[in-house]
Amino acid sequence: MYIIVVGAGKVGWNLARELLDKSHEVTVIESNRRRYLTVEQELEHNVTYGDASELWVLERAGIQRADMVIAVTGDDEDNMLICQVAREKYEVERIIARINNPRNRPHFDLLGIKPSVSATDLILRLLEHEVPEYGLVHLLNLQEEQLEIIEMLLGKDSRVTGRRVGDLSMPEGSLLISVLREGKGFVPNADTVLEVGDEVLAVLDPGREDDLKELFGPAAGGGNGTG
Amino acid sequence: MLSEGHEVSCLDEDPESHARLEVGLDKGWEDLGGRFTVGTGLETDALLAAGIEGADAFIAATNGDNTNIVIAQIAQRRYEVPTVIARILDPLRAEWYRHQGLHTICPTRVAIDMLESAVREGAPRGVA
Repeated sequence: MYIIVVGAGKVGWNLARELLDKSHEVTVIESNRRRYLTVEQELEHNVTYGDASELWVLERAGIQRADMVIAVTGDDEDNMLICQVAREKYEVERIIARINNPRNRPHFDLLGIKPSVSATDLILRLLEHEVPEYGLVHLLNLQEEQLEIIEMLLGKDSRVTGRRVGDLSMPEGSLLISVLREGKGFVPNADTVLEVGDEVLAVLDPGREDDLKELFGPAAGGGNGTG
Repeated sequence: MLSEGHEVSCLDEDPESHARLEVGLDKGWEDLGGRFTVGTGLETDALLAAGIEGADAFIAATNGDNTNIVIAQIAQRRYEVPTVIARILDPLRAEWYRHQGLHTICPTRVAIDMLESAVREGAPRGVA
């Protein structure tokens, strides 16, 4: 695949290394002369100097035959417009944009720049995963498909432990798809009895998290009881 | 446009720019009915504070082409401002975005045309 990476910062440089390792053809475009000279010592002809928001720079990098454009500069406007031009003018099939300021996400969405990746959002998601107080972890959010997969850890005070899956009144638009117990996963059936420490995965329509939290969470008044 | 009786609202990230607005005016900018908001065009809050929702026209004329193109599209698509104009210095991109339905003004293009016609108006060497 021929991939153009815009921005030779830490993200762009390392990305280019990985892609080259995987035998892709890669051109990195960097607009800072000093940075370009540094990166060029390693990437040689795979890096080119110029401002990728200018069309002729993209054309010189061969955007007409690119299979993918990845914009990872430190400037959100640049990333948005480079991807917009790549897709709408040069008909590049796949684009990926980096979001530096998560508050700009609605602008990326408005211009139809998808997928877009925000490090802040990724860290927040990791935080949700690592900090159990959050109770519920978003594993996957399929916006187009209108589905989410979440993970819940059943604590001592969960109101579903000791109960059969078949007896749970699962909210409409949700389904238990697997249980992780002592490091092993299995698909539950109606007779599965949930235990403390189980991690359950559920697939659901967006917006049903609160109903599930209610069902699987601590019994009212249970609080942080240690039991 | 303020002096013609239009309501004009300026958004700028530099609070000092307010002083520039008042150069040559005998009254304060606000006293004449003008508005001034400090913020950047990518901040939704700043755009709303500047009154984008009721605007009949929106001009994106910051010193950055990319910023202007993005904000102009936001004004057009999200806030449905009827007249949106973007200042784009890069002639190639001004051209392309014009084809995409954005009203663009390219000062570089205008300057090139003026310089060119000034050169053509001059007489060549040896012609008295």
